[in-house]
Amino acid sequence: MTTAPAAPLPPVLAAAPDAAAPGWLAEIRRAGLEDARSLPMPRLGDEAWRFSDTRSLSLEGFAPAPAPDDATADPLVRRAAGLVPDAAALAVFVDGHCVLKPALTADLAAKGVVFETLEDAVRHRPALLQARLLRHPAALGGARFLALHKAWLRAGTVLHVPKGVTVAKPLVAVHWASAEGAAVFPHTLVVAEEGAEASLADFFLGASPTGRTLSISAADIHAGPGASVHRLAVQDWGSEAQSFQVDTTTGERGARITSVNASLGSRRARLENVVRIEGEGADVRLYGIGVADGEQEFDQRTLQVHQAGSATSDLLFKNALLGKSRTIFSGLIKVAPDAQRTDAYQTNRNLLLSPEAEANSLPGLEIEANDVKCSHGATTGQIDPAELFYLRARGIPLEAAQELLAFGFLEEIVGKVAHEGLASVLRERLQGKFRR
Amino acid sequence: MSDPATETDAQQAAIDVDREKGNFRYKEDYAYDAGVGLTPATIDYIAKVKGEDEWVREYRHKALRLFESMPLPTHWATKDLEAIRFGDIRYYLAKGQKPSRTWEEVPDDVKATFERLGIPESERKFLAGVEAQFDSEAAYSNMKADLEKQGVIFVGPTEGLREHAEVFRRWFGKVIPASDNKFAALNSAVFSGGSFIYVPKGVKVRQPLQAYFRINAENFGQFERTLIIADEGAEVTYMEGCTAPKFETATLHSAVVELVALKGAKIQYITVQNWSNNVFNLVTKRGLAEEDAEVRWIDCNIGSRLTMKYPGVILRGRRARGEVLSIALASDGQHQDTGAKMIHAADDTTSNIISKSISVGEGRATYRGQVHIPRTLRNCRNNTECDALLINANSRTDTYPAITVRGQRNSVQHEASVSKVSAEQIFYMMQRGLSEGEAMSLAVNGFVNDLVKEFPMEYSVELKRLIELEMEGSVG
Repeated sequence: MTTAPAAPLPPVLAAAPDAAAPGWLAEIRRAGLEDARSLPMPRLGDEAWRFSDTRSLSLEGFAPAPAPDDATADPLVRRAAGLVPDAAALAVFVDGHCVLKPALTADLAAKGVVFETLEDAVRHRPALLQARLLRHPAALGGARFLALHKAWLRAGTVLHVPKGVTVAKPLVAVHWASAEGAAVFPHTLVVAEEGAEASLADFFLGASPTGRTLSISAADIHAGPGASVHRLAVQDWGSEAQSFQVDTTTGERGARITSVNASLGSRRARLENVVRIEGEGADVRLYGIGVADGEQEFDQRTLQVHQAGSATSDLLFKNALLGKSRTIFSGLIKVAPDAQRTDAYQTNRNLLLSPEAEANSLPGLEIEANDVKCSHGATTGQIDPAELFYLRARGIPLEAAQELLAFGFLEEIVGKVAHEGLASVLRERLQGKFRR
Repeated sequence: MSDPATETDAQQAAIDVDREKGNFRYKEDYAYDAGVGLTPATIDYIAKVKGEDEWVREYRHKALRLFESMPLPTHWATKDLEAIRFGDIRYYLAKGQKPSRTWEEVPDDVKATFERLGIPESERKFLAGVEAQFDSEAAYSNMKADLEKQGVIFVGPTEGLREHAEVFRRWFGKVIPASDNKFAALNSAVFSGGSFIYVPKGVKVRQPLQAYFRINAENFGQFERTLIIADEGAEVTYMEGCTAPKFETATLHSAVVELVALKGAKIQYITVQNWSNNVFNLVTKRGLAEEDAEVRWIDCNIGSRLTMKYPGVILRGRRARGEVLSIALASDGQHQDTGAKMIHAADDTTSNIISKSISVGEGRATYRGQVHIPRTLRNCRNNTECDALLINANSRTDTYPAITVRGQRNSVQHEASVSKVSAEQIFYMMQRGLSEGEAMSLAVNGFVNDLVKEFPMEYSVELKRLIELEMEGSVG
């Protein structure tokens, strides 16, 4: 292993963003830019990037794009509005610029619920943001990407649900990448106070199915004591995109969080999600679903950190692989010495639908407490020939039968999406992926 | 290292009894001594006193250059490796160059060492051949006469590479090249002692061959080299044991073991490692299995300060089968970093890994595994199970498997679990009159029982006893 030279940032990404920001935000951006300049690119031999094709990582040729004209933005707003018809509110971004601000019903606004763009929240709620915005480091290898996200932090949404308030319908943010070579940095911040309940969905979509764009997003989901949060994130950028998601999911005492992460688009997509159990009795469920085809690489890295005892975390990532695609699932459960009576589980299942696809699995455990129930399981296999025979014997053609069985395999995750409207959007996109 | 203040007297006593068997030493008087530290001159000295061919000397020098160029693997392995002072180690110490064929000829202190360890007695009882290594060279080597008549070769590497070059040179360093990792490179530079075994076509060695490795000198590094070739249809079981006295300073043991199972052959390799708590045990073990062949590693790690060992099988022929059964017991001051590698390289190959670890006190047990099935293959299967048992609140266990699967109709399954002995189980047994220590031993023996059964009887009895002793007084 040799030490790689620190790859310089492309000039367009190293240019300082405008200074029209309050001091605390300018400081986040400045520190981000400094780290992005000094940190090396991941390279072969980096344990946090094991099995990743690090040679194909590149920031070259991507730049923040100008605001879209109406002819570009309007149809994308209409397409976004059609996604989840009964959303409580919808925010739409195109190439990192807000083209539709979310509007909450008077009823929710009266209860103190906030769902607004990051730019508005910077003006309206500096105290909340200073306490909560980007407080966690990238623990899974994506430090340089998170630094770039900070440097270019602008687009995004902030959801704040006050104590005891329930938002029944989902809050939806749709981020489009439209211009060729556009670099976007979407941010999601969710703070659910004690006993609050909410559900939100982020869609990361390519305006063109073959778009070549760069996305470095970060999401920070925080559930206070007894709060309940559902989050769905659907990554479906254009097929030549590079995507990096650096997410943190934190549960305090008795919090319940369900997070469903779908990987569909991009040439290569990396998802990092750190689950932090910070209070006793928290229950965090982290789910992943991926359909990879062509030469796609999905790189999924997770960490479940149990700092407090008597809590549960459960992880299930399922991937279906077609063509010459590759997936990497790397998960680690860490149980701190004092986190007794922890229940932590981790399962990765891969379905190889092509002889040229490759599934890598790195399920890890680091346990420092002894009164725990921890397990992990990983399986990789093909469609059961007996099941295939059963369907074909009933006259279903081979391809349709395979597709049916693959959907059956993936449906377990779709079923974890609590909101039926969101589940059916996910189901449609999965089916669409098979028919591409 | 264990801190007596934090342990009960009973636990301390139990651990002392266990270690006592290997914790003695005799004064050092060596006819051959390469001195302290490692330079090209050390290599020349070893090659000269061994009377090796030029190609072996060159192989060693090349390996030394590789060793020096490679960094310690601390980007994934423990930083404890940095405690090894390569410059303070003695790399070659020997009393003589030729092993004796009878125990009578073995020098008295060396003979006394192996008698205390029960080696001659075991040989009489159930072994087909024995080699006993004392520091760098074998002091004793003998095999039953009928095996020799059947063409079985059981020698050390020096004799193997010199007298039987036509058999061994072809495979030497082929399963594990010197460049494989830093410690394999080190072994390839300074190897001495170990077993070179050839079992001819169709010969089935019914009783096990055994080697016993003993470190006697302080600041010493033992680097034995083993190469076992089972020709077509041959079968052999090889067992190794190892002990060292407790020294204040760190001692290094870095072996390379290569197994070659040709078409239809079966090799079973059994290790019971009980080094003292100051030994760094950094071993590379790999087998090659041709068509219909089977390589089985049965590996038990109880001793050492740090063990890093991941026995592997390259399944190169169709229907080849590989297996690793592993038990690790990590007590205070110990890190057992063990695992397995299965590299599938032919259709219809199968592999199985079962690993059980027990962490006691501040002990740390780590499982690392690799299973690789490339795209061109069909009908390959792997099953991996690793279970960890944590005894005390401050015990630690880690699991880091890596699995890559491509190709058609291949399948892998991996499962791991971490658990503790429940208070209810202990309470139940104590209610029926068992002491707390007995109850814990029983629970732990139950946890490893299905694996212990795979060891030859003499070893499984010994293992159960060791586990019982380690567990006494460790509850709480």
